[in-house]
Amino acid sequence: MSNANVNAPVPAIEISGLKKYFPLTSGAFNAKKGSVKAVDDINLTINKGEIIGLAGESGSGKTTLARVILNLTPATEGRVLMNGQDISKLHGRELKAVRRSIATVFQDPASNLNPRLNVLSSIMRPMILHGVPKAEAVEKAQEAMKLVKMDERYLYSYPHQLSGGQLQRIAIARALVLRPDIMVLDEPTSALDISVQAQILNLLLDLQEQFGLTYLVITHDLNVLRYISDRIAVMYLGKLMEFGPTETISSNPLHPYTRGLMAASPILDPTLRSQKKELMGGETGSLINLPKGCRFAARCPHATDRCREELPKDYHVDALHQVSCFLYDK
Amino acid sequence: MSDIVTKLDNTEEPLLRLEDLSIDYRIRNGYLSAVSDVNFTMNRGEIVALVGESGCGKSTIAFTIMRLLMDGNEKIGGKILFKGEDLNKIPVRDMEKMRGKHIGMIFQNPLDSLNPVYRTGSQVEEAILLDGLSHKEAWERVINLYKDVRIPDAEKRVNSYPHELSGGMRQRVMIAMMLSRTPELLIADEPTTALDVTIEAQILQILKDLKTQYNTAILMITHNFGLVAEVADRIAVMYAGNIVEQGNVFDVFAAPSHPYTRLLMRALPRKTKHEGRLETIDGNVPRITEKKPGCRFANRCPLAKEICFTENPPVLTVSHDHTFSCHFAEEASKL
Repeated sequence: MSNANVNAPVPAIEISGLKKYFPLTSGAFNAKKGSVKAVDDINLTINKGEIIGLAGESGSGKTTLARVILNLTPATEGRVLMNGQDISKLHGRELKAVRRSIATVFQDPASNLNPRLNVLSSIMRPMILHGVPKAEAVEKAQEAMKLVKMDERYLYSYPHQLSGGQLQRIAIARALVLRPDIMVLDEPTSALDISVQAQILNLLLDLQEQFGLTYLVITHDLNVLRYISDRIAVMYLGKLMEFGPTETISSNPLHPYTRGLMAASPILDPTLRSQKKELMGGETGSLINLPKGCRFAARCPHATDRCREELPKDYHVDALHQVSCFLYDK
Repeated sequence: MSDIVTKLDNTEEPLLRLEDLSIDYRIRNGYLSAVSDVNFTMNRGEIVALVGESGCGKSTIAFTIMRLLMDGNEKIGGKILFKGEDLNKIPVRDMEKMRGKHIGMIFQNPLDSLNPVYRTGSQVEEAILLDGLSHKEAWERVINLYKDVRIPDAEKRVNSYPHELSGGMRQRVMIAMMLSRTPELLIADEPTTALDVTIEAQILQILKDLKTQYNTAILMITHNFGLVAEVADRIAVMYAGNIVEQGNVFDVFAAPSHPYTRLLMRALPRKTKHEGRLETIDGNVPRITEKKPGCRFANRCPLAKEICFTENPPVLTVSHDHTFSCHFAEEASKL
């Protein structure tokens, strides 16, 4: 069972007070005009062996959060502990060792493989960079292909000869070769057809169980999140709105934004049409002119003056469920 | 009014009927059969979803109905009857009159369909001016159309350029443009694929309202079963150029009958991982370079026997509005 560790959770990733602001400049001297608060004060703990789903609309900061976690871009404030170590403070060999334990799979499988390299070279690349001898790397590449259930002959294919599903398997194989314990998957199935999506989701779950991996899955497809995740985190305009167990978030979402998002998410059964809740009006606001209070206040049916003036904190409904809304300030 | 328009006042014929439609693309050595043996009927005011995975031919059908494929590299067989008139046979000039006035189309990425250097309102107005209105009347109509598709501040937004609008707003402008000439049939090719779920839900609501308000029939091309479950009245499932199953959306979702539909429905993430793995379909879609009889799903079908590879499957009726093509109906129902 994937959440066997729930009784004694060991944190894999601890994020506290994490902020990522992009400066907005204008004019010849790059006068600072303000900042885009892509990730604003996020607190989140991901336990070992857990699958966390990160949901939100475009521009909500999901991918920026992943990039900060991966240390691909420095955080403005706050920290990320990876297996207890603050990666922004690590250098040289130590950083490399931590980097080895995290892997990433991106959305578009065609653009994350080098079109001029054959599959074998692409899979070997991370191993070569981490100093694995070549002969061993070839062997491991063959093993990785077996793990993702692909024939070894594809090692000598080029990306343009393969289908979307095959490319995504190869991206997963490449991510696995250094035996990471954390994987960040950014929209792993959104470019794929339904039957292929099902194959990739099954594969990801098999691998997660086999190696006890920790996943952070970013996707806007709530049906996929509901299927794969143990817990779901919902972001809106750089803020974490709600974070809790998948069953609770999908059957009894607390934050008005989560409720709106769930209601907007396409149902997969026409007989449920009549049960649809009210649609959320308006559009995602801009990250540049953020309101003083709750980010969602302008679209929220429950907004009060307090919501417009004051930022809500993360209120813990229970040990695993947090929500950033004054409705739960008790 | 021209002949073609008066001739089309025939109300007894269904709005759209595809009869034995086949479309082949010319490739280096021969033809690629993109669509074959498609029989399909659509009535006025109906939302029909044409669903299938990439490469199944759904967009090819949409483009063929609009006659947007005409570059000499395809061979079209069968009939495309719009109110009884074969669109494949009418002169190009008449077809131009059909587009917009009778059949409108919106595409996946609205930014590709809008001219970046003109105000969106002017682009919508252009369509209305074709009907011979004065500028003042036309502009007022544009503002009203913007209100119909629920663009806030319609009076101001008509002056916006495409880059000033969000993706959802642009798609609304495209819908307003189509509505401006009140076509009886709107073809929507993946209309919400580029949009967020919350915006998608808003666009779907607008499309549903159009159906009620203007009695517009909508042919929705999509790979997303969520959209189908959400708005469609009827569904046609395509696989490798054939419609394998079609019918009332409630019937098809409640009792999918073709092995492909059955397996595909179980591949949808409708449960949680604790309830088990998702169903997958082994193998790949065949590449059809020569027309030969047989079921196109045979090489992936768990029920396939010899006959599936040699003979076209019969069309079987489940209920008055639900059919599918298969040699092994009984076995399929137990799959």
